[in-house]
Amino acid sequence: MTRQWKLLDYALASLLRRKGKNLSILVIYTLTVATLASVLFLTQSLRQEATKVLSGGPDLVVQRLMAGRHELVPLNYADPIRKLPGVKSVQPRVWGYYYDSLKKVNLTLMGLPAEPEILVLLEGERPSKGQEIAVGRGIADTYGFGVGDSLLLIDAAGEKQLYRITGLFETGSDLLTNDLILFPEAELRRFFAMPTNRATDLAVSVYNPREVATLAQKVRYHLPDSRPIGKTEILHTYDTVFHWRSGMLLTVSLAALIAFCILAWDKATGISADERREIGILKAVGWDTTDVLALKFWEGLAVSLVAFLLGTILAWTHTYVFGAGLLAPVIQGWSVLFPDFDLTPSVDLYQLFILGMLTVTPYIACTVIPSWKAAITDPDSVMRS
Amino acid sequence: MILHPGILALLLGSAITLVMCLQAARLGLEVLAHWDPTRSDERQLMLERKTDLISTLMSYALGFQIVAGLLYLYTLEDLHRLFIGAMCATGTLNANEIGWMVLLLKIVLFFGAAFWVHFNQLDLRTEDTPLMRAKFRTLLALVPLLGLDLYLQVAYFSGLNPEIITSCCGSLFRLGNTGVASDLAGQPPGQTMVVFFSLATVQLVLIGFCLRKRTAIGRYLLFVSTAFFFLATLVAVVSFISPYIYQMPTHHCPFDMLQHHYNYIGYPFYIALFTGVFFGLLPGLSLPGVRIASLRPVIERFEHRWLWISLVAHLIVLLIVLWPILFSPFKLFGGAFG
Repeated sequence: MTRQWKLLDYALASLLRRKGKNLSILVIYTLTVATLASVLFLTQSLRQEATKVLSGGPDLVVQRLMAGRHELVPLNYADPIRKLPGVKSVQPRVWGYYYDSLKKVNLTLMGLPAEPEILVLLEGERPSKGQEIAVGRGIADTYGFGVGDSLLLIDAAGEKQLYRITGLFETGSDLLTNDLILFPEAELRRFFAMPTNRATDLAVSVYNPREVATLAQKVRYHLPDSRPIGKTEILHTYDTVFHWRSGMLLTVSLAALIAFCILAWDKATGISADERREIGILKAVGWDTTDVLALKFWEGLAVSLVAFLLGTILAWTHTYVFGAGLLAPVIQGWSVLFPDFDLTPSVDLYQLFILGMLTVTPYIACTVIPSWKAAITDPDSVMRS
Repeated sequence: MILHPGILALLLGSAITLVMCLQAARLGLEVLAHWDPTRSDERQLMLERKTDLISTLMSYALGFQIVAGLLYLYTLEDLHRLFIGAMCATGTLNANEIGWMVLLLKIVLFFGAAFWVHFNQLDLRTEDTPLMRAKFRTLLALVPLLGLDLYLQVAYFSGLNPEIITSCCGSLFRLGNTGVASDLAGQPPGQTMVVFFSLATVQLVLIGFCLRKRTAIGRYLLFVSTAFFFLATLVAVVSFISPYIYQMPTHHCPFDMLQHHYNYIGYPFYIALFTGVFFGLLPGLSLPGVRIASLRPVIERFEHRWLWISLVAHLIVLLIVLWPILFSPFKLFGGAFG
C-alpha cells in the first residue's frame, strides 16, 4: 500500500515536472469531457423538467380526432367517461396557443378552472371576471409586469383586447410558468371564438393509476373517434426523444473522441529523450518494469481525474449558468419560438458513470501500449546513447 | 434504441475491452509458441516483457468489466421507464430474452477475469512463473466470451422496442405463474430461509476452520459450499430477502433494491456477496497450485488474507439480510404487519 502511495507521489511530481506537455493533453481531455458532459447534463435536465411538468398533469387526456386531426371535443363526451368505474373526475379544458408577434414567443392561454392545484399563486388573486388574467412568473419577468399592469392581446376577431393582471403564479417547473396565461374560462372562449359546447380536450383523473391503460381502452370503445393519451405515454415519449437526441449528439462527438484518442496515443508514444533517460535511470537503480507500468498508471489516472473534474465543472457551468447556449437548439428541438427558461440543475451518479466510461476508458486503453513500450526501456542502451 | 447514452457507453466499453483482450490473446499465442524459461536469449527476454503487457492489458480489461457490469444494471434501471408495464430492471430484461443471457455472461466474465488477474498476480510473484501456459490457454478461452458479450449486447439493445408492453417484476416473480423466475419466487420462504442460514453458518464455520487448519479437505469443502451458498443466496434474494427489504410480501424483484428509494442497499449487498464468494472460492481453486513448489509459499502467504476478506464480506451480507428481519415492523410469517 505504501509502495503505491510513493508511486503516486512520484507520478504527480513527474507530471508537474513536464507541465507543458501534460497541460496540452489536459486541455484537450477537459474539452472532450466537457462536450460530452454538456450533452448528458442538458438532456437529463430537460427530462426532469418534462417529468415535473407532467407530474401535476391529468392521468389521462382525451382528445377527439376528426380526419386524423385534432378536433374540439363536444362537452357531452364527458358523460360516458364519467360513468366508467374507476374515474374520479372529468374536467373539460379550454386552452390554446397564442403567438405574440411583439416578443416573438408562443404563449399558452388556458381557461380556469383547469387543475389549478399545480399552480401556486404567488401574489394577487385568481382572475374571476372578464378582462382579468393571471400570468406565470416567467412571463412577468420577461415582460417586466407586476400585478395591476395590463397586457394587450389580439383576439380571434382581430380586435385588440386589454387585460388586467390580477395575479402571478409559479409551479415546480420553469417550463410551465414561462409561457402560461390563465383566463376566466368564458372570456377565453370569447377570445378564441370557441363554441360554448366544445372544449379543447378532457382531463380525466383516475383513482388508481394502474387502471389508466384499461380505462383508455374503454374510452376508445365508447367513443371511437377519441384519442386517450396517458401521462406515462407522454413521459415515455419525452424520454425516448431526449435519449435519442443526446445519443445522436454523442455519436457525432465520437469522431472528436477518436481524434482525442489518437492525440493521447501520439503523446504517450512520443516520449522525449529526457523521459527515456529518466526511466532508464529508474530501472538502473532497481525499478522493475511493473513499477514503471504502475507509475504510468498513476500518471494516467491523475490526468484523467483532473480532466474529468474540470470537464464536469465546465459542462455544469455551460449548462446551468449559461443555459447550454451551444447545445440547447439541437437538444430542445426546432422550436425557436419557445420562451427562455432556466434549467434546474440535476446531475446524478449514472450520468457521471456514463461519462467516465465514454472518456476515461478510451484514454486509458490508448495509453497502455505506449506506456509499456516506455517501461521496457533498457537502461543500458539509454545511458549509452 | 441503440442511441441511448448508457447503451453507447456500454457498447464502447465492451468494444474497447474486446480489442484489449484480443491484443493480449495475440501476444499470449506468441508467448505460448516460443516460451522457454531455460533459455536467456533476446527473444525470451522480449517474451518476458510481453507478459507484463499482457497482465496490464488484462487488469485494465477486468477493471472495465466490473465497471461495465454495474453500468449495465444501472442502464437497465434507467431504461425501464421507456417500457410500458416495466417497473424496474426486470421489465427491461424481459423486453427481450437476450437481456438475461447478457447478465449471466457478465457474471461469468466477471468471475473469469477476476480469477485470471488474481492467478496471474500470484504467478508473477514466483521466480519461474509455473502457471504461464495454463494462464494463456484460459486467456484464449476468455476472448470468445468477450466477443459473445459484445455481440449479445448489440443484439439485445437493438432488439429493444420501447412500444412493447413488457411484464414487470410484479408479474414475473408472482406466485402461480410458470417459469423459472416464478418458481424461484414460489420457493417457500421458510424453507429457503432455513437453507440460506444453514449454508451461511456452514460457510462461517468452514472459513474459521480453514483459518485455523491448513488441510486440503477444508478448502475443498469451502469451495463446494461457497458455490452452493452463491446459488442459494440468489434464490433467497428472490424468495425472502427482497420482500423483507421492500417490506412487501409480494415484491420479489432482485433489482429494485438498487434503486434510490431503497437507499441503494443493493450495491453493498451484491458487492459483498460477489467479493465473499470470489475469495471463498480462491483457496479451493488454488489447491492444485499448492503442489507446485515455487507457488506454494506465495499461496500460503496470501490465503489468510483471502479468508479474512471472505469472512468480512459474508458478515456484511448476513447483516444486510438480517437487519430488516430483526428490526423492521414487517413480518413475513404470521400473516400480519406487526
